[in-house]
Amino acid sequence: MSLVAGVDVGSTYTKCVLTREDGAAVAKTMRRTGFRLPEVSRAVVDDALASVGAKRRELLYVMATGMGRHQVSEKDLYVTELTAAARGAIALYPGTRTVLDIGGQTMKATRLDARGRISSFRLNDKCAAGTGAFLEKTAAYMGYSTEEIGGLLTTARGSVPISGVCAVFAESEVINHLSLGTAPADIMLGAVDSLVARSVQLLKRAGGETELTLVGGILRFERMSAAVVEKLAQSSRGMKVNVLPGDGAQLATAHGASLLGWQRLARREASVAGSVQA
Amino acid sequence: MSATAGVDVGSTQTKAVLVDEDGNIVGRALGMTGADVVRAAEHAFAAALDDAGLSETDVEYVVGTGYGRYRISFGHTQITEISCHARGAVHMFPDTRTVVDMGGQDTKAIRVAADGSIVDFCMNDKCAAGTGRFLGAAAMALDIALDELGPTARRSTKPVRISTTCTVFAESEVLSWLGKGKRIEDILWGVHTSIATRTVGLMRRVGLDPAITFSGGVSRNEAMVAALEERLGTTLNVSEESHFMGALGAALFARDHVRASRAPRSHVEEVRV
Repeated sequence: MSLVAGVDVGSTYTKCVLTREDGAAVAKTMRRTGFRLPEVSRAVVDDALASVGAKRRELLYVMATGMGRHQVSEKDLYVTELTAAARGAIALYPGTRTVLDIGGQTMKATRLDARGRISSFRLNDKCAAGTGAFLEKTAAYMGYSTEEIGGLLTTARGSVPISGVCAVFAESEVINHLSLGTAPADIMLGAVDSLVARSVQLLKRAGGETELTLVGGILRFERMSAAVVEKLAQSSRGMKVNVLPGDGAQLATAHGASLLGWQRLARREASVAGSVQA
Repeated sequence: MSATAGVDVGSTQTKAVLVDEDGNIVGRALGMTGADVVRAAEHAFAAALDDAGLSETDVEYVVGTGYGRYRISFGHTQITEISCHARGAVHMFPDTRTVVDMGGQDTKAIRVAADGSIVDFCMNDKCAAGTGRFLGAAAMALDIALDELGPTARRSTKPVRISTTCTVFAESEVLSWLGKGKRIEDILWGVHTSIATRTVGLMRRVGLDPAITFSGGVSRNEAMVAALEERLGTTLNVSEESHFMGALGAALFARDHVRASRAPRSHVEEVRV
């Protein structure tokens, strides 16, 4: 079996998706990024190959992406996560015109033209209050780990206001709410709502289009994507919002990178064939 | 003896100062603020009385300041920390025209006139970058005590440049530099210069008139003093008691009140500052 890997080294998790030539994803793996980027990127590829019982030589190409893309030791090439996320979104929802990508340390809104190419983008990577780190910090102040956020959110009954101006100063807000007896889940949902408000602002700055696809690790939380859908339904009516099921949102960028790997491979083979003919 | 008191309830530490009728500091105390603001204020006040060898009845008037000033049960009135820091700074260093106050959760730049009145001020209180919290985060990430930050950073020989703005991201940047084998002192000096750069930016918004007085808890950090002086190209007024500046200002305002209430009616306006 011929396989191409897309490796997305994010600030929090490193993801790998293996695809076949027809574009179907056959393996998906994930590990916490940590601080040893070459090692973790190799590990996710090894995990993915092992999960389908494939050999190293069946892996034809490795396309790296994400903030740690330069440190993927076995890469053939790298693309920015904007390009990879756009490709991943288009593969699943061909009508996508805007991609909202919320990861551990960035939030990005990308506009695509009718051919799926990036026409403009807006991003926040300066302030944690507009990224997944805000949720991670809020959880940590209450003694919950990042892995527990999803479960916690499912038990929320309502949300309390969290200002979302600074992830550091949110700590005193969280402590105030806890001392008033507010359930941690409701505080967590408040943090989600504040993050959603910021994402809607970013989308507005990027310019609204008709069809939006949500990608990125933070949008794997159902309450998060549901809140985005709800907020957008109020502010920009008629916009279609695509929510990827399961861990799809978290893996969309790695999937896109893998598909771009096939594209690149086909072009290389075509040029090799061309030079042989000449 | 007759004394007046100032109690400064900050986000991290609570300070209390007692002054005599001539405005000399006769007692001081410092404690962590913690969750119980009222208790922290009472503790600091009691400790300052102990330090001065005075009892509560010797204190004629108490002014509260700092973010928790309205919670001080025994205070007679409250005055903002901006006014108190300016007042304290001009009292301690009469040539002061600019005050930079760096506390646990905010940084302020205050421009003062020769008489100690406030001309303009600017605060960084929306974002933890450039405040004491940024140092706290670095100390946590590197697992060293707050009072070790300054001396450690001063040993730096090959400074690291911290590129992130946000305190949360700086925490991971600090760890990633450690992972790349950078030395703690070099990373820490980078953290100090990053805060200094942001602080000088804040100060420019009110003007950079010399002399500049550095107050607040972070002014006790020698590396922060050095980083600011390097960025500003001038020396700063710093004292051993710089972190009591706000409480001192409050105590001086309390003294003004007592003097004004004692003065014959016709002189009240003259004495009031």
